[in-house]
Amino acid sequence: MNIGITDRNTDIVDRNADIANRDADIVDKSKGVENDVLKVEHLSVSFTQYGRGLRRRTLHAVEDLNLSVRAGEIVAVAGSSGSGKSLLAHAVMGILPYNANMDGTVYYDGEILTKERAKRLRGREIVLVPQSVSYLDPLMKIGPQVTKGKNDAATREKSRRVLAGYGLSEDVEEKYPFQLSGGMIRRVLIATAVMETPKLVIADEPTPGLHPEAAKRVMGHFREIADTGAGVLLITHDLELALSAADRITVLYGGRTVGEAAAADFLCEEKLEHPYMKALCRSMPKNWNWDGYKLCDSGEILEYMRKEYGR
Amino acid sequence: MTQKTGKLKFIGKQAVRMAVLLFLASVFAFALLTVSPVDPLQTNVGQTALGSMSPEQIEKLKAYWGAGVPPVKRYLSWAAAFIRGDMGISLLYRRPVAAVIAEKLANSALLLFSAWLISGALGFLMGILAGKRRGGLADRIVTGVSLVIAGTPAFWIGMVFLMIFAVQLKLFPIGLSVPIGVAADEVTLADRLYHAVLPAAALSVTGISQIALHTREKMIEVMESDYVLFARARGESETAVILRHGLRNILLPAMTLQLSSVSEIIGGSVLIEQVFSYPGLGQAAVTAGLGADVPLLLGITVITAAIVFLGNMTANILYGVVDPRIREGAMRG
Amino acid sequence: MSTDRAFWKDRRFRMLALAAAAAAFLLAVTVLGSVWHDAALETDFSRKNLAPCLKYPFGTDWMGRDMFARTVAGLSLSIRLGILTACVSAAIAFVLGLSAAVMGRFADGAVTMMIDLVMGIPHILLLVLISYACGKGFKGVVIGVSLTHWASLARLIRGEVLQLKASPYVKIAEKLGKGKLYIAFRHMAPNLFPQFITGLILLFPHAILHEASVTFLGFGLSPEQPAIGVILSESMNHLAMGRWWLALFPGLFLVASVLLFHYIGQTVCRLIDPGSVHE
Repeated sequence: MNIGITDRNTDIVDRNADIANRDADIVDKSKGVENDVLKVEHLSVSFTQYGRGLRRRTLHAVEDLNLSVRAGEIVAVAGSSGSGKSLLAHAVMGILPYNANMDGTVYYDGEILTKERAKRLRGREIVLVPQSVSYLDPLMKIGPQVTKGKNDAATREKSRRVLAGYGLSEDVEEKYPFQLSGGMIRRVLIATAVMETPKLVIADEPTPGLHPEAAKRVMGHFREIADTGAGVLLITHDLELALSAADRITVLYGGRTVGEAAAADFLCEEKLEHPYMKALCRSMPKNWNWDGYKLCDSGEILEYMRKEYGR
Repeated sequence: MTQKTGKLKFIGKQAVRMAVLLFLASVFAFALLTVSPVDPLQTNVGQTALGSMSPEQIEKLKAYWGAGVPPVKRYLSWAAAFIRGDMGISLLYRRPVAAVIAEKLANSALLLFSAWLISGALGFLMGILAGKRRGGLADRIVTGVSLVIAGTPAFWIGMVFLMIFAVQLKLFPIGLSVPIGVAADEVTLADRLYHAVLPAAALSVTGISQIALHTREKMIEVMESDYVLFARARGESETAVILRHGLRNILLPAMTLQLSSVSEIIGGSVLIEQVFSYPGLGQAAVTAGLGADVPLLLGITVITAAIVFLGNMTANILYGVVDPRIREGAMRG
Repeated sequence: MSTDRAFWKDRRFRMLALAAAAAAFLLAVTVLGSVWHDAALETDFSRKNLAPCLKYPFGTDWMGRDMFARTVAGLSLSIRLGILTACVSAAIAFVLGLSAAVMGRFADGAVTMMIDLVMGIPHILLLVLISYACGKGFKGVVIGVSLTHWASLARLIRGEVLQLKASPYVKIAEKLGKGKLYIAFRHMAPNLFPQFITGLILLFPHAILHEASVTFLGFGLSPEQPAIGVILSESMNHLAMGRWWLALFPGLFLVASVLLFHYIGQTVCRLIDPGSVHE
């Protein structure tokens, strides 16, 4: 019980520090702030790397990234591979690798998400849906992985119910990860998230390798989760998928935010401000016209991006 | 194919592989001993020794080492006798090689087995502590200690132990496996244990570094894996991560490592037994090598190789039986 | 941020400087030892069994020989032997590892078998066997150590080559009809270079240790030679009389040079093949 009290005390301290920070936001975004489950401001993640000989460089994987996720909403972060998208998830949860440096501020539920607070909340209120089978212990059966090893009747009952909800039969619990198909693994990974009652779900590339039908079904699962009042942060390289499922989309380029737009804005190019986003919009199959195709193909826009964003 | 026959086939394959390796080892050792310019009959047995042997023994000796017999034929007669359990007569001990090896191996067994267990257990613990957090204090200490041990010759570790615990502190005897001047049947188990403590301790220390460094590497691999990252993301505590995922995934490689460290422990015992004048298999090997006792050296080589290969084979089979990925997947094939 | 950077940079340079100092030390010992070869053999019974003092920092033995000169001379011999045998072993490893992976299944099976065989017989026992096969003596040690250290490096190179074989540019070269040998030396050998050099340097300490061990057992160098193994083996007879310096200093020096070689190897590894070592 003592622990609870100290927790609350630190929370109050956090909140006080936070209120000062938030004043600036309230001015222009008076409506949204209270509902923000997650708010990321000026996030940077960098690594120090050694090359051959005495060469040494700092690699900026994520630079000055901003985004927010409201309750009940799916926000997609879309960017090409290698744009540091996974690191965003790891940074929010406080599980970056030991050689990474992180800068910037993360707010969760209106308060600064410190490393200690993230440690307390992750796996409970903040859950991760990782991208592949390698995130499951190869030598542990599915059952104990879903229940995190808890063996009481209630937990086992819940795990059975959750797995059944995703169309996974009871014998899946007795299987090892390598014995399941890609689609089943995906559903198991989502099930681990729903075992808790999350307020924020971070899904890191939850669909690659799935055929469009299955991907759509997976997205449906995330919509269900959002409908229960949780915020969903969807990290993906697949813009079209993001558009079909998300309410808002943040586009990354080389680890930096290019811009943010409502999913609906992508239907109409004129509503988008940034040339890269305009080009992305045009390059989508359903919006394909000769002009857009040429623009991307010629690399003009990429050249522009390289100049602007240094990649 | 059913799983059971698949399993049997897998084990059979391993056994055949071991038999082939053992055969090759004996051919290799035989060839090396044959090309040697040292003539065992001339340099070793000499006139007096030949005189003290029975005519049949001399005949047998000549059958192995006599001039004019081609090496292949000599090998075949040696191998045929070996399979029947007859490894020839030791030139130095004047007794059947099998009897000499049995006696020496019995002496060494205590030393080898305890050092094997102690170095394995300590190395495993140290490796886990170090690999838990790469670059942490425990990691730096364990890696440093292991590197120093790996860089120290086994015999010198034995000598340092001898200087400190036997000569300076006088806690333990300087050598041998039994007290001097005591009849063989009066030697108690306590005496044997007392004499084995120091060599066993020295041998254990020499074996630690390999196990610790390899376990550390595996542990780091596990702790930096995606599934441990996910376990952390799900709020599992560091202890739970180590106990639930770390140990589970490190146990198999550690077992393999432990079973394949037999070779190193036996190699170390050759040096350690020499330092402590411990009358075991290792010392017998050195004596046989220096004294050109070819039958004994050959016998010891084949027997040790058999022990080592048996360890490796056990490791391979255990892997197949314990690892579900192999047990239920790759083993059919 | 900037102080952090300076620290990292510093650390790399410090590592390199230390490795250079280690190499200089080992070189000095090697040269000094070969110059002092005669001093190491010189006996003088007026100064026998002296404990370490200013004039004889490592003491003297029962024949009045200066242990410092003997240690340095012995170490010099060990280092020269170690470098020679490690180079031979590394060359064997390179050829066998490469041919195992390039020359088809039969060669691969044969080399893998040989690796298992060499690793299956305890190293010391194998050294004893080979040394005996060579009629013992100096030759036996050199050949023995050279022929027994290639196995682990060969296994490493074989694995590396198997990976390279699957790489696109080797596949393209095959499609273009280039010969196996051409591909092996033109496309693979350059890529193996970092591993090979690191492996070679890391073989030095092993070779030195095993040379000392087999000499300690009495195979190899003759008793009057100032070799570390011989010195330590002789000191065994005087341990019980409390002449600890005969065993302590030569042993410490041996361990120190082995560790210095290891450090140099690690540093080189980090500099030329940074991917293999995390920091």
